[in-house]
Amino acid sequence: MLPSSGRDAADLSRPGRGSRQGNRLRLQLMHPDPRPLVLSLTGITKRFGPLTANDRIDLDVRAGEIVALLGENGAGKTTLMSILFGHYVADEGTVNVAGTGGQLAPLPGGSAEAALEAGIGMVHQHFALAENLTGFENIVLGTQSLWSTRLKRREARARVERLIEESGLAADLDVPVARLSVGEQQRIEILKALYRDVRVLILDEPTAVLTPQEADGLAATVRRLAGRGLAVIFISHKLHEVLALCERVVVLRGGAKVADRPTAGADRATLAELMVGRAIPARERPPTTPGASVLELRAASVGKPGQRDRLEAADLVLRAGEIVGIAGVSGNGQGALAALVAGLAAARSGEVTIAGAPAGEADPAGRIAAGVGRIPEDRHRDGTIGALSVAENYVLETVSEAGNQAFGFLRRAGIRARTGEAIRAYDIRCPGPDAAIRALSGGNMQKVVLARVLERAPRLILAHQPTRGLDIGATTEVHRRLIAARGRGAGVLLISEDLDELFALSDRIAVVHAGHLSPAMVAEGLDVRTVGLMMAGHMPGEAA
Amino acid sequence: MIRFVPRERTPLWLTIAVPVGSGLAALLLTALPLALSGAPILDAFRLMALGAAGSGFALAETLTRATPLIFTGLAAAVAFRAKLWNIGAEGQLYAGALATVALGAGLIEAPAYVLLPLVLLAGALAGAALLLVPVLFKSRFGADEVVVTLLMNFIVLLFVQMMIEGPMKDEMALGWPQSAPVLDEATLPKLFTGLRLHWGLVIAVAAAVLLHVLISRTVWGFRIRAVGENARAARYAGLPVGRSLALVGLLSGGLAGLAGASEVAGLKGYLTSDLSPGFGYAGIVVATLANLSPLGVVPSAIFIAAVFVGADSMSRAIGVSNYLADLVVAFALLSVLIGGLLTRFRLVLVRREAA
Repeated sequence: MLPSSGRDAADLSRPGRGSRQGNRLRLQLMHPDPRPLVLSLTGITKRFGPLTANDRIDLDVRAGEIVALLGENGAGKTTLMSILFGHYVADEGTVNVAGTGGQLAPLPGGSAEAALEAGIGMVHQHFALAENLTGFENIVLGTQSLWSTRLKRREARARVERLIEESGLAADLDVPVARLSVGEQQRIEILKALYRDVRVLILDEPTAVLTPQEADGLAATVRRLAGRGLAVIFISHKLHEVLALCERVVVLRGGAKVADRPTAGADRATLAELMVGRAIPARERPPTTPGASVLELRAASVGKPGQRDRLEAADLVLRAGEIVGIAGVSGNGQGALAALVAGLAAARSGEVTIAGAPAGEADPAGRIAAGVGRIPEDRHRDGTIGALSVAENYVLETVSEAGNQAFGFLRRAGIRARTGEAIRAYDIRCPGPDAAIRALSGGNMQKVVLARVLERAPRLILAHQPTRGLDIGATTEVHRRLIAARGRGAGVLLISEDLDELFALSDRIAVVHAGHLSPAMVAEGLDVRTVGLMMAGHMPGEAA
Repeated sequence: MIRFVPRERTPLWLTIAVPVGSGLAALLLTALPLALSGAPILDAFRLMALGAAGSGFALAETLTRATPLIFTGLAAAVAFRAKLWNIGAEGQLYAGALATVALGAGLIEAPAYVLLPLVLLAGALAGAALLLVPVLFKSRFGADEVVVTLLMNFIVLLFVQMMIEGPMKDEMALGWPQSAPVLDEATLPKLFTGLRLHWGLVIAVAAAVLLHVLISRTVWGFRIRAVGENARAARYAGLPVGRSLALVGLLSGGLAGLAGASEVAGLKGYLTSDLSPGFGYAGIVVATLANLSPLGVVPSAIFIAAVFVGADSMSRAIGVSNYLADLVVAFALLSVLIGGLLTRFRLVLVRREAA
């Protein structure tokens, strides 16, 4: 099951010879790699004031190679890719790209056009598609002059269809992109890059939005493309994917390259350690005995019937001292469920009981008072107020309580002192309680939200995508805190798209698809493929 | 190539330097059309400075003019802080003036220490009530408050004209459309004998200090800031968004109403339809120049007032049109908007290598 990506094209066209390839790989690495270099970065250094974002980074990529680029947030991945694409100019170092003849030639810095011209393509995590145009129009957009004739269009069409055939990237070309699934949109993005004759394809967190099955499909495609000589740089933080797909892994930490090694012989723990720079403590989930129910849904419906993100007659019981995970591709009803628990929406029909009392109307303040701690999906939009200070954000939900105000006047000294304690207790890296919270990194911002929620010892915790966009260190911390809250007797509703996270934390897992919530299944012994199928809409009853 | 890099925090000197620099830049930029019109530039600026602050009398005139601008500037500052785009301060000013006249011109007779607070309060309430309508429309039906408040200005002004040509017309005014004068007991005392400067200035400065305390030190102010900066997150955190907006409406409309009340009770004594030469709209400029800081509104209003008073005086002396004042104000506004960019971003020069 180890690296199966292409040593050469012939091998790749016949997939499924995993372990033998692994052996051959190790053998071959003793000899110089025969494949031609297509991209060679040498000594790339980039400083922003006192910060060295990239420190003498070397990176060689050969034709047909799949290289993983690993690193925490702020490790320098984005800066390196931005230099490659001409958004930044490196202070030192050179970028060499193979031309059509295979000769390496320096790439002029600071020019995105030059990068595209040289055959470098990137699929960003957030797609750059014109949603009202069809897939075909998106693919050819910008490659034809405004006066192009029908004939050229037909030619282009034939070429796109040939590309689809060769690469296996199936996608409906004649439907507005907005109506395609996320997976299809991603395939359109990759086709867009291929149409421009890329020789180096960079995929930025490509599986973040996919179901496990879709991710497998993507991996197969990437292997096939690499087999045809395409060089792929795969940016991800899902280590098992990196190990399964890539033949070589480059790890950045603190702006410097700390490892450049074959994936063969590496495991997740070593890679994680390389990224973080220290050993990651294994997650421990001590057993608990679930207590009384803290959240009960009985045939609860939320949201308008026509809406995609809604709940239809959902049943769910969450008890004290357990974590129930909600799996599903975003937009299938998680938003409605989160809004219901957070107090932003009321159930259209059915019964909702929170901590033994009927939930009633939409009332965020009422939820807080009832002991519901809410970690919103989008900490920038819902969780924090960027222009306000760390202290002000910390007391956002409790500002009118006695400790924070007297006769309507803020008790600023007390607020600041308590925020200082939280900063220490949660290890929030910031200039101080008075710093604007928008100056903080995502992880530290999330720690402020976490501190705000957990300091009130809530009975029910809504954790909606609590680690989205966080690095390993911050993610580990969030997980540790949630498990500790469970141990203390809180019920945790964990809504996540990250199956690793769900399986690592949850006692039971339910799947939501198109507004329908499956019964919660015991997580231990649950097959991840079952969950994946359910996420794609194959509920067990129907699958038979 | 110049790149904008967001600042993590704005240094204090810059928050002061930007408005001051903008004022100076505006004067410099105004020199251009002045020169084109053939006027002696240095003379014109000297006369403007003298006209605005060259004597005790000039200074008092400037401060008299600044008084309503402080009120309307505060009205705009508090509203814009909460992202409530109140463009209707002009109408609220007239509503306040109307209420002051209605109550102070003989309807109630009482000693000054009762009547004066009463008419000022009436003015504030009238302005507040006027803004409450668009605020309610906004939170109930999502009506755009920019449109509603702007259009209500014209309704109020026409209503004022109707009142002073009709039921409230002063029979002793030889046919001029103006209201009966307010009683002596409803008149704000002058600060110095022989000058038009009145106690309205003191009230305006006090209002600025109170508003500063309210916004930065109280729970109400906290909610106003939270709602203004990110209403979604405020709602998520259980803050009363609708009530906070209503409070802002009351404050903003009330302050604009006070501008009208203070003009009537302190300066004019009666109501005409040219009571305000656009104080309501100028308040937006004042607030913007002050970066929406209540304390900053005071110097900002004095600057704008000085430009207008100085330009008036200069135009009388050398015959350059006093539209010059509008030009200075417009340039100042543009400069401060550009300056605002500097407070939020650092400019970094990026050398582009030749391809």
